[in-house]
Amino acid sequence: MDSSIENTGFVFSKESLRKKFRWSEFLSEKIITGVAFLSITIIILIFFFVFRETLPIFKQKKETVTIESVQKQEQYGGAETSEQTNASGQEQYGVISKDTMMIENRVMTEDTVVHGSDEATVKSLMGKEWLPVSDRPRYGLIPLLVGTMKITLLAILFAAPIAILAALFSAAFATHWMREIIKPAIELLAGFPSVVIGFFALMVMASFFQNIFGYDIRLNAFVGGMAMALAAIPIIFTITEDALTAVPHSYTEASLALGASRWQTALFVTLPAATPGIFAAILLGIGRIFGETMIALMATGNAAMISANPFESVRTLAATIGAEMAEVVFGDTHYSVLFLIGSLLFVFTFCLNALAEFYVKGRLVKRFQGK
Amino acid sequence: MKQTKIQIRDLTLFYGEKMALNSISMDISEKEVTAFIGPSGCGKSTFLRTLNRMNDLIPHVKITGEVLVDSVYIYDKQIDVVNLRKKVGMVFQKSNPFTKSIYENVAYGPRINGLNNRKKLDEIVETSLQKAFIWEEVKDRLHDSAMGLSGGQQQRMCIARALAVNPEIILMDEPASALDPISTAKIEELIFELKKNYTIVIVTHNMQQAARVSDITAFFYLGELIEHGKTKKIFTTPDKKQTEDYITGRFG
Amino acid sequence: MRIKNRITGLLFIGTTAFSAFLIIAVIILLLVIIIIGGKETFSWKFLTSFPEDGMMKGGIFPAIYGTALLVVMMSIAAVPFGTITAIYLTEYASETSFLAQTIRFAVRTLATVPSIIFGLFGLGFFIKFVGGGMDNVFLGGQLKWGQPNILWASLTMSLLTLPVVIVSVEEAIRAVPREMREASLALGGTKWETIRRIVIPGSRSGIMTGTILAVSRGAGEVAPILFTGAAYYLATLPTSLSDQFMNLGYHIYIMSTQSANVDQTLPIQFATTLVLLMLTFMLNLTAVVIRSRLRRKAK
Repeated sequence: MDSSIENTGFVFSKESLRKKFRWSEFLSEKIITGVAFLSITIIILIFFFVFRETLPIFKQKKETVTIESVQKQEQYGGAETSEQTNASGQEQYGVISKDTMMIENRVMTEDTVVHGSDEATVKSLMGKEWLPVSDRPRYGLIPLLVGTMKITLLAILFAAPIAILAALFSAAFATHWMREIIKPAIELLAGFPSVVIGFFALMVMASFFQNIFGYDIRLNAFVGGMAMALAAIPIIFTITEDALTAVPHSYTEASLALGASRWQTALFVTLPAATPGIFAAILLGIGRIFGETMIALMATGNAAMISANPFESVRTLAATIGAEMAEVVFGDTHYSVLFLIGSLLFVFTFCLNALAEFYVKGRLVKRFQGK
Repeated sequence: MKQTKIQIRDLTLFYGEKMALNSISMDISEKEVTAFIGPSGCGKSTFLRTLNRMNDLIPHVKITGEVLVDSVYIYDKQIDVVNLRKKVGMVFQKSNPFTKSIYENVAYGPRINGLNNRKKLDEIVETSLQKAFIWEEVKDRLHDSAMGLSGGQQQRMCIARALAVNPEIILMDEPASALDPISTAKIEELIFELKKNYTIVIVTHNMQQAARVSDITAFFYLGELIEHGKTKKIFTTPDKKQTEDYITGRFG
Repeated sequence: MRIKNRITGLLFIGTTAFSAFLIIAVIILLLVIIIIGGKETFSWKFLTSFPEDGMMKGGIFPAIYGTALLVVMMSIAAVPFGTITAIYLTEYASETSFLAQTIRFAVRTLATVPSIIFGLFGLGFFIKFVGGGMDNVFLGGQLKWGQPNILWASLTMSLLTLPVVIVSVEEAIRAVPREMREASLALGGTKWETIRRIVIPGSRSGIMTGTILAVSRGAGEVAPILFTGAAYYLATLPTSLSDQFMNLGYHIYIMSTQSANVDQTLPIQFATTLVLLMLTFMLNLTAVVIRSRLRRKAK
């Protein structure tokens, strides 16, 4: 016939059609599956590892006490983590230094024991004082929990109504060109790195609010909450808007056909119908705030105290990790407690997300099916 | 007397619980055009796809019965599906060119067979495009994107692409249904020419096309093969009443 | 009665409109203030020179360099990994297989983990466990790898951005029409050949989108690198994997909270923030444009 790829005279036969083992197929499938498997292994490793590092809290260790005292003597300079400081700071871990340090501080060890254990037992975690770096370290998580909740509450109180109303406006009342401005603006806000929002809060918002309210402490829960609200608004807005536009047209049409005006339809029909989605949006907003570190570090004042006054400084869980992790000794109690805080954060955000997802999928579908 | 190329024996196909093909048996002879006709959804395309095992791609499909090509059981576990598809080519209802150049589209088949010699590829591309009656129209823009061709040109290019792997059988699933009359005529002319060298099986819901183009016609209804025989006979003096009803347009 | 209704309605709509425009106003305000605060200092020289005078003057080139190096290394780890995982999920895994569902669940969960947790993991696992282990095995206990450095920081970041890559690439792969895959298979193409020659080239834009979004996040996130490798003042640029690095976001954080003379460095702070904002904005914009073109093509 013509110069063809196969030999002319090729005949359909069982031989020619016999299953061929192709190396590239075999390898590519194995490698791709392997990599995917590796992904999941690493992800599970993360979860596992974070929890694992908290275990020492629940055991008693004499060594930790010793090293703890060593820690006390070294005062780390604040932020000047130049290479030099780092090197000398790290040298502690070297074999020789450890021995020397331990000898020096044996006296301290006994002292510490006499004055009361610094081990973070479950009981002490419930304490009201968070003083991990002191003569008698205390690891009470309550101030941190209170601080986190204060911030979250303040943030949501402002972010949720504003975001939801704005989403309602965008979904129900805005003209096309208005939406073309609003949606990209929200996406823009969503794209701001949190350190930028923190900076804005620290430099601009703090002074602004101080001028308005006239309080003493410049960086406090209120300022932090407002800043967090900025971070949470895009999330709440986007999900609420999705939920509102997902309400079937038949609902809104029915309402309008009965003579209700557009705003009445929006408020009394569309909004209630989207409640599961709005609920989920708020949950996810809360989750974001809970885990947000940079804004907390920069705008909340970082004082671990318990108070109901929104104009006093707070310390959140995430900020605690961020602030203290760099200066903690590997394996000691403080280290383990910080990992515990991390685990708590992780579990909490996980539950929030699971709840939001479950709630939206389950309830939303059922509602529209009339159950 | 033409040799039998494909034999189908009691082929039954289930999509999950639903039976799509019910005990089909027929022979298809080489180097002639066999047309499958019947109302929509009666299983013609499904049946066509069993001949090159494209139904393997669909989950929950169960097939019983036998399909033999050149006396080889193609559903045997030992059979290499990839090689089978090089021998039994397919052209789809809606042309599906790759988002590559015309040249690369047609050269795709030979390339995956390991052929990388530029000259040989040039030869094959030209020959295939000629056989598909489209060479003259594209010879000056071989390296332009195939997506820039018209619908009819794309379909002829897809035919050229299928020819480039040197199949023995070409399956066509309603190849001209999405095309205008002029393109359709070109494709029919093409089929006429191709049948000299290839065994062609074509599914069409256009009866007149089947009458024009095919040597043998098979009429399907609700997953069953109702009647099959020489085209002339089917369209003038069919045996079964159902066939007659369909041909005369009593239902469709 | 109708008038009362009317007024209530207008008030209500007005409130919603007010909320929307309040948000926009704050965004604009933020941008304007940052731009005003930083535009004096912002210049080509600022971007390309080193800090001087103990950070009081000069430019932020090392921070830009460090950030760039970080995201490049992060992408080298995250993009191939994420792409291959996405290929597995779409092409090889059956929808209901245990492995596929577990991976999907894990990816979704990973996407919701607060960024500081990655930092914890980076410290405890990469630095102490892997790095420390490497020191013990290869260097006899000498401290080299068991410390914060750019290698561990970029690996930490790659975990953070892995879900973004996977989701984007998956979307792009699914956008490749089924008909094209069928065409390839009908020509005698194998599964892998189809993936290699048709699917992957066809999802190029999705891979790009995923990469750009990952880079954008990697450039802006600070929490994971707080204690895995970022530093405030380094005399030299990082030249080896075990070096630390400077970073735009980290720089802003430290400078604004802990620098010796906040007032004097204020212009630099604003300018650095401006640089970071511009960077993330351009990256996100590019990704959005590519993504919308992808979605239009899929229709």
